[in-house]
Amino acid sequence: MDPAELLAAYEQMAVIRRTEKAAHDLFLQGLVKGTTHLAAGHEAIAVGASAALRPDDYVFATYRGHHHAMARGATPEECLAELMSRATGLCKAKGGSMHLTKAATGMLGSYAIVGAHLPMAAGAAWSARLRGTDQIAVAFFGDGATNIGAFHEALNLAAVWKLPVLFVCENNLYMEYTPIADVTAVPRPAADRAPAYGIPGEVVDGNDVVAVQEAVARLAGRARAGDGPALLEAETYRHFGHSRADPATYRPAEEVERWLKRDPLDLARGRLVEMGMPEAVVGEADDRATVAVRKAVEAAKAGPAPDPREALTDVWADGGAAWRT
Amino acid sequence: MADVISYREAVAEGIAREMRRDPTVVCLGEDIGEAGGVFKTTVGLRKEFGPERVWDTPISEQAIVGAAMGAAMTGMRPVAEIMFSDFLACCWDYLANEIPKVRYMTGGQVTVPLVVRTANGGGLGFGAQHSQATENWAFTIPGLKIAAPATPADVIGMMAAAIRSDDPVVFFEHKGLLATKGAPPPPDHVVELGRAAVVREGADVTLVALASMVPVALKAAEFLSGEGIEAEVVDLRCLVPLDMSTVLASLGRTSRLVTVEENPYQGGWGATVVSVVADEGFALLDAPVRRVAGECVPLPFADALEEEVIPTVDKVVAAVRGLAAY
Ligand SMILES: Cc1ncc(C[n+]2csc(CCOP(=O)(O)OP(=O)(O)O)c2C)c(N)n1
Repeated sequence: MDPAELLAAYEQMAVIRRTEKAAHDLFLQGLVKGTTHLAAGHEAIAVGASAALRPDDYVFATYRGHHHAMARGATPEECLAELMSRATGLCKAKGGSMHLTKAATGMLGSYAIVGAHLPMAAGAAWSARLRGTDQIAVAFFGDGATNIGAFHEALNLAAVWKLPVLFVCENNLYMEYTPIADVTAVPRPAADRAPAYGIPGEVVDGNDVVAVQEAVARLAGRARAGDGPALLEAETYRHFGHSRADPATYRPAEEVERWLKRDPLDLARGRLVEMGMPEAVVGEADDRATVAVRKAVEAAKAGPAPDPREALTDVWADGGAAWRT
Repeated sequence: MADVISYREAVAEGIAREMRRDPTVVCLGEDIGEAGGVFKTTVGLRKEFGPERVWDTPISEQAIVGAAMGAAMTGMRPVAEIMFSDFLACCWDYLANEIPKVRYMTGGQVTVPLVVRTANGGGLGFGAQHSQATENWAFTIPGLKIAAPATPADVIGMMAAAIRSDDPVVFFEHKGLLATKGAPPPPDHVVELGRAAVVREGADVTLVALASMVPVALKAAEFLSGEGIEAEVVDLRCLVPLDMSTVLASLGRTSRLVTVEENPYQGGWGATVVSVVADEGFALLDAPVRRVAGECVPLPFADALEEEVIPTVDKVVAAVRGLAAY
């Protein structure tokens, strides 16, 4: 990344961080229903990966997917409006926090069943190959997903069919509340499994946006060239608990402190300054992000509630929901 | 083309017709390529269309249906085979949580035009884990269309409609019907999903049946005719969309209703048919409704035991006699 690209990535991470903070505040105010799974701390993975992808590549994410949706073109306003059950939401308020999708920019969905989307990403990659394009597909998932059958089925299928798909594990050390190390037979839940499928398995610092961008660019290039899938394990940490208002007291204080010192925004800022970017210029990016998200919150709040009749649309491709004649 | 075609051959013929007209149609499944499928329902496809359109998969039901879904979301029309319908349970997440919901929860952004084909039902002595009639599993989930043809012509016509559909379709091919034969339909034969067929006319009672139960109902009707009872037989052909207008219209002529289901009585589709009739067509009835359905047990192995569990011509005849006398 050159300094301008890194500054853009930094600003995008700042927007995502502030949007997530807003989502959390709105949740505590009772304006966001259900639950949220905040990705604060994981921003460098979504932003770094997106910087390495083409706009026509496909992305599949999990319920912890606000960062991916925004990195792939969903606006903070669309996302917040969705969380606040507004008709102006990204999915017309039918998806919610766990299902942010923006198909028009290749963000083909956030899936709340752990691991379910890995075979779908393989299928999208298969489709790209069948249609003769050089698009690739990327599935982002948590460390917990590596113990699900669909993970293993998808890896094997992608490997034997040599599909242009990238499996990116966001290893934040925990499933919900259980450390992944307590329930997994190998130390690297993703990368250590790659050899079993005969594909590359790499580990990257998931808090370093530049490192992620470089790793994804390399593996994506390989996939695009027809050399098949790869598994990338990005080490990271979530700043908040698993979901809602989980205070995450199950995590040792010393561990939390160590990881918060490695905040992906701080790391990017440090790199920018090292590259000679004036602090003031970085500060302006922060200010733009703050203003953009403040405006997005206001606009999302002002959005109308959905028409209740919308509940009976979009089951079928004709737009309706009729199951009988 | 020959002047008869088997139900088994009709499956491959139906798929082939669509693959010829639409290059985005691709097939995937276990043993479907060179081997032509364990039921020989995909014979010839690999030879005609090659390995880039007919893909053998590992034994990975989740990957098969999940990959079909990803491909369907991105411009293809995949036809995925799940060898026995019992194995749908191995990829149930995709049928229950992913495929039928993605359009809805994305607010209409994503369509999933795929077909999941599977060999359904009992009668062949395959035992409890290879014999179930599972169309009811799918019937509980809003967002899946469900086709279950009973004749070779319908297999071809409904396969065309299923593959052309922009909605996901689960296509149940009945194992007990694979060897049956019928006239091959003309080119470009399409049977719109959600259109039931009145396959025998009669004024005394309506028998509503699906798939393998259609010939059972027809045989029962022939037998009853000898006793002076004329049964009208409705082949539903699809569970979603469910053609209740044809059922209600038939009831308007006969005023008596019997559903004939292979699946267990508990949770069977007949319960839904009957409940719509009770709700909207009560005044059409001159007698109670009857459901002839499978017993609520796992399918046993021995012929004599299987016959005890699955509806037979005799059981249908007995149910109709009781009603006619009412
Ligand atoms: C199949 C399935 N099992 C359980 C759950 C409940 N659940 C939701 S999130 C989660 C933890 C997943 O952890 P991980 O994959 O590491 O992702 P992270 O939340 O850390 O991003 C669990 C168990 C689920 N959604 N789906």
